[in-house]
Amino acid sequence: MGVDRSGKVGWLTTTVDALVNWGRKNSLWPMPFGTACCGIEFMSVLASRHDIARFGAEAIRFSPRQSDLLIVAGRVPIKLMPVLTRIYEQMPEPKWVISMGACASSGGVFDTYSVIQGIDNFIPVDVYLPGCPPRPEAILDGLILIQKLIEKDSLHHYKVPQGEGAT
Amino acid sequence: MLPKDQLTIVLREKFPEGFIEITEFRDMLTIHIRGEHVLKLLRTLKTDPRFAFNFLSGITAVDHLEMEGHARFSVVYHLLNQHEARRIVVRAWVHEEEPRLPSAYPLWKTADWQEREVYDLFGVEFTDHPDLMRIMNPDYFEYHPLRKDYPLQGRGERDNFKVVKRSIGSKWPSEKGFE
Ligand code: SF4
Repeated sequence: MGVDRSGKVGWLTTTVDALVNWGRKNSLWPMPFGTACCGIEFMSVLASRHDIARFGAEAIRFSPRQSDLLIVAGRVPIKLMPVLTRIYEQMPEPKWVISMGACASSGGVFDTYSVIQGIDNFIPVDVYLPGCPPRPEAILDGLILIQKLIEKDSLHHYKVPQGEGAT
Repeated sequence: MLPKDQLTIVLREKFPEGFIEITEFRDMLTIHIRGEHVLKLLRTLKTDPRFAFNFLSGITAVDHLEMEGHARFSVVYHLLNQHEARRIVVRAWVHEEEPRLPSAYPLWKTADWQEREVYDLFGVEFTDHPDLMRIMNPDYFEYHPLRKDYPLQGRGERDNFKVVKRSIGSKWPSEKGFE
């Protein structure tokens, strides 16, 4: 990025990538998929003490079509996994996923027939948060990691695949 | 209510075929009965003024898979007399070959969902139940998971789920990580 300091009219140069990434990373709209106790912990991140709004992610959307960050907070039973997959597919690109807590990441203590042993078996995950539940600071840390991931992003990555079956 | 010995005599007279025995544990009486006679016994316990157990507080079941000497399943009814604050347990034994017994729905409407739960988890069927279908597991589910011969981690119920891969978009830098 370059800034002109000589003239009276200010201007700066940058790349489209940097500008777009700057916009995206500071206005993440999370879609909370809170199914258990981790969802309660996520609520405290929204409240004033931890205040996720400091990172530009306070616009919680309960519609997947309006959000770009899926936060899976809690255990996912087998009955719910098709729903979660559907929600993930309904989110428009670009989209990122945080798997919050031991249950969403690995099934946690629920090593049983009815609980999915890690949502990454079925949908891609960008950031895993360890803990049961993770502290609010850990959630903010995960959000910052997502922002760093977005910084490295490039519009080249979003070329729609061509050929058979491409839409 | 009648003490254990008298209750045994009364019930043995009234249900000569179905009645098995009465056991006692910490002042709680349990009436053991053969499954097909359970509805008659429950009706007696509800309507007879000597008992007047007007409230069905729960139905559950037990799988006695490797215990010798009796049928495999027992369906357990917890009854409550709300006027005298007394409780009693009815244990109805059903065989593995034909796990079926009459529904308690005509006596207590609350039996509806509780019997659906027992059916879902143990595969015990209730005849004359208004709408016997699974209540918690998905409809396509084939097993009854609280049976003791069902493995804890299941039989691959999630194998046929759709797997979504990331087709476009950003990935973590693989070799060096960040900075
Ligand atoms: S990881 Fe812990 S806090 Fe989070 S959903 Fe599982 S049991 Fe609850």
